[in-house]
Amino acid sequence: MRIVVAGYGPAAHRLVETLADRGFDGTITVLGEEPRAAYDRVALTSYLSGPPGTGGEALAYPAPSGPVAVRLGDRVASIDRARRTVTTEAGHDEPYDVLVLATGSAPFVPPVPGAGRAFVYRTIEDLDAIREASAHATSGVVVGGGLLGLEAADALRGLGLSTHVVEMGGWLMPRQVDEGGGAVLRGHVERLGLVVHTGTGLDRIEDDRVILADGTVIDAGVVVFSAGVRPRDELARRAGLPVGERGGVVVDEGMRTADPAIYAVGECALVGGMVYGLVGPCFTMAEVAADRMLGGSAQFTGADLSAKLKLLGVDVASFGQLSGALDVTYMDPVGGVYKKLFISDDARTLLGGICVGDATPYSLLRPLVGRELTAQPSELLFAGTGSAAVAGADFPDDAQVCSCNNVTKGRISAAIAELGLTDVAGVKKCTRAGTSCGSCVPALVSILASEGVAPGKAPCEHFDHSRAELFDIVRVRGITTFSRLVGEHGRGRGCDVCKPVVASILASLNGGHVLEGERAALQDTNDHFLANIQKNGTYSVVPRIPGGEITPEKLIVIGEVARDFGLYTKITGGQRIDLFGARVEELPKIWKRLVDAGFESGHAYGKALRTVKSCVGSTWCRYGVQDAVGMAIALELRYRGLRSPHKIKAAVSGCARECAEARSKDFGLIATENGWNLYVGGNGGFRPRHADLLASDLSDDELIRAVDRFLMFYIRTADRLQRTAAWVQDIGLDYLRDVIVGDSLGICADLDAGMERHVGGYFDEWRATVEDPEKLRRFVSFVNAPGTPDPSIVFETERDQIKPVLMEVTRR
Amino acid sequence: MTTVQKAQVTPGNAGEKWVPICPYDDLIPERGAAALVRGRQVALFRAFDGRLFAVGNRDPFSGAYVISRGITGTRGDEPVVATPMHKQVFSLVTGVCLDDPATAVPTYPIRVTNGTVEVSVE
Repeated sequence: MRIVVAGYGPAAHRLVETLADRGFDGTITVLGEEPRAAYDRVALTSYLSGPPGTGGEALAYPAPSGPVAVRLGDRVASIDRARRTVTTEAGHDEPYDVLVLATGSAPFVPPVPGAGRAFVYRTIEDLDAIREASAHATSGVVVGGGLLGLEAADALRGLGLSTHVVEMGGWLMPRQVDEGGGAVLRGHVERLGLVVHTGTGLDRIEDDRVILADGTVIDAGVVVFSAGVRPRDELARRAGLPVGERGGVVVDEGMRTADPAIYAVGECALVGGMVYGLVGPCFTMAEVAADRMLGGSAQFTGADLSAKLKLLGVDVASFGQLSGALDVTYMDPVGGVYKKLFISDDARTLLGGICVGDATPYSLLRPLVGRELTAQPSELLFAGTGSAAVAGADFPDDAQVCSCNNVTKGRISAAIAELGLTDVAGVKKCTRAGTSCGSCVPALVSILASEGVAPGKAPCEHFDHSRAELFDIVRVRGITTFSRLVGEHGRGRGCDVCKPVVASILASLNGGHVLEGERAALQDTNDHFLANIQKNGTYSVVPRIPGGEITPEKLIVIGEVARDFGLYTKITGGQRIDLFGARVEELPKIWKRLVDAGFESGHAYGKALRTVKSCVGSTWCRYGVQDAVGMAIALELRYRGLRSPHKIKAAVSGCARECAEARSKDFGLIATENGWNLYVGGNGGFRPRHADLLASDLSDDELIRAVDRFLMFYIRTADRLQRTAAWVQDIGLDYLRDVIVGDSLGICADLDAGMERHVGGYFDEWRATVEDPEKLRRFVSFVNAPGTPDPSIVFETERDQIKPVLMEVTRR
Repeated sequence: MTTVQKAQVTPGNAGEKWVPICPYDDLIPERGAAALVRGRQVALFRAFDGRLFAVGNRDPFSGAYVISRGITGTRGDEPVVATPMHKQVFSLVTGVCLDDPATAVPTYPIRVTNGTVEVSVE
């Protein structure tokens, strides 16, 4: 059998390769128009970043393995279907038994005045011409803001041109993303210095400038059209083969035209009413045609148009269908991230999605299209970024679980099975997953569970008990030291995981100072130095400002302290003021100044109550119905210093307008005409969650009682590092209400007594440190040179304040 | 101990192998302390059983000089410290990072002479 292929692009190459791989024993002749064999057009832009004149060898596909006759630089001019012969432009006749049209497509050049001056962006020759013209130009315009248009714009930018992109649609990449995604993408593109014009077309091209339909005039030494492509079907038309209304050689699902001896594959083919421009479907068409020629019955039944690419350094991905009855959107204009998922109208099936700026969910969610949702859609938006919302069993093997170290689900599963791993530490050690930012650790737990390894509740190798169990052991047996607990109920000598857990439990049950005796050795560095460690080893101090209310005098003191110690000063999200850059030996001096002015420092660190934020409430606000500030101060003073499984944040809003954002807190109050509504289990952060209504219209006393019990029950029963959001979801809101409102377990008196002990036993730990020479001993940079500051700490100035000079890092 | 008591030592004179640092009792059990020894930052640790260890104070992952402020403990039988930045765990015996064995901190000889802790950075 003699096969003749008209055209030598990627689809033709794949066809020849497939035939050769499958042992085709006839002859193959390829007739190509371009002066070179097939090359990777997808990587075309990379050609421009190489030195000129290299001829694009780097893009060339490997030569087909079988015997193939190739004739380049001479395209097929006509087909004689009766004689089964093609004739090339140069007059060469080539007889065939089977003819394959793989003539590709041609860039669409809009019929505007001056279009002859413009370039297109398809072949290596096109790029050579653009490069040459750019050498004499300073500015360029790309007409078309789609995928290829942005590629072309990136190329012009790389050639040093000031570059504009003109897109007729309302936003960039209108075929891949929706308006919101286009807006975020535009932000990225503009940050790179490109100028974007949308919703307008080209009116005409003049010498050195273009005029848009809306009258805008743009200087343009180089103009590139990237406004779509048209299938090259003229050979088929002239041979009398059916073509589509808008172009494309009509083929059946076996890629055969109306003439059984002629196939069409790639961008010139119209299959199922569609022309495909992505390389993936074109490859599939070539494989289907090859199979048919070898007697097979493969069918082309449409293609997944999902795509994930990096354009101008921005991740853009879309998958599945780009519309649906329901959708959920996450948009972060500051971080330049836009994600949207489309869901069926019964909210049960994932239909498709769009990602701009962060395509992490793509690899996890694309394989789940058409399947039942495994989690709340809002959680799926963060799939792959550490959320456990997508269960481990649902991950495809090629899903990248740890993006820091590029570890896939398949590799983790294999390591668990082959090495008999039983815990997260083992997975970390053997695969490096989770060893950098750690945000994928919940996914690791989920994968362990899906591989049949029940994740133990124990925090680490030193104990077999969960945090809640350790809490009960310490309480019932009256244990007061880590040594006794690990000696009688654990093994080894503890670690950075279990020691802070035990320190928290001991603080909850016994009170006392964090640096008292053996307790000091259990604290994380922040608790040990009573301040927040920063990236250069200095600390920040955040004076407590209950409810965010502060007198002018105290505000001045904070300013004076910051000025005198040269600290970087920033307002926090919790209505406080953060003072950065203190060395360990400066901390007690700073606290002393604050204590003398009537302050205490505050917990902006540690697993403890952080702040109770408030709006100004009924005292000043014309809408307020309760005294939000007064309540916030009372709550912050009541619960300050309370140690817990994770940090606790709170807020009080004086009316239903909710200016204090109380529903994003572990506990939040919203004032009503009759009292307070109490919401619990909210948080911001990585997976935001709104708090749920626990009780309505509470009086001040009822409210404080309910919060007391909520917090004590959480402290006693939650897991290590489990925020109230996850804890409330675990135990259920109704159960929680039964326990702390209905006293269904009969433990409320005990919870109340526990909180009374905390409130009665509270003292200012910073003042106690300043007043205790023994505790002060540790506040030196060097034990053998107490007067010497750490020479590795260096600052530079930015916007009139200090900032750390970054240190050289060998890894990470 | 109820008073601030500092050993009368200097950061070390060239020529002597062992540099005196501080009284043994100044080291808090199961915590670290940083020392400046001939221009190098060394993290000293007093383990729960009284053994002493000295390793480099620089956390190779973050670049900050903070190893002395990490939590100590054991992994298996190995005495370890976790850097307070991102909690990678290092052996106090070999200095090797147990979470990433390609990374290590230097280790230094340490001893007690007449109640004074001494370190060698030769």
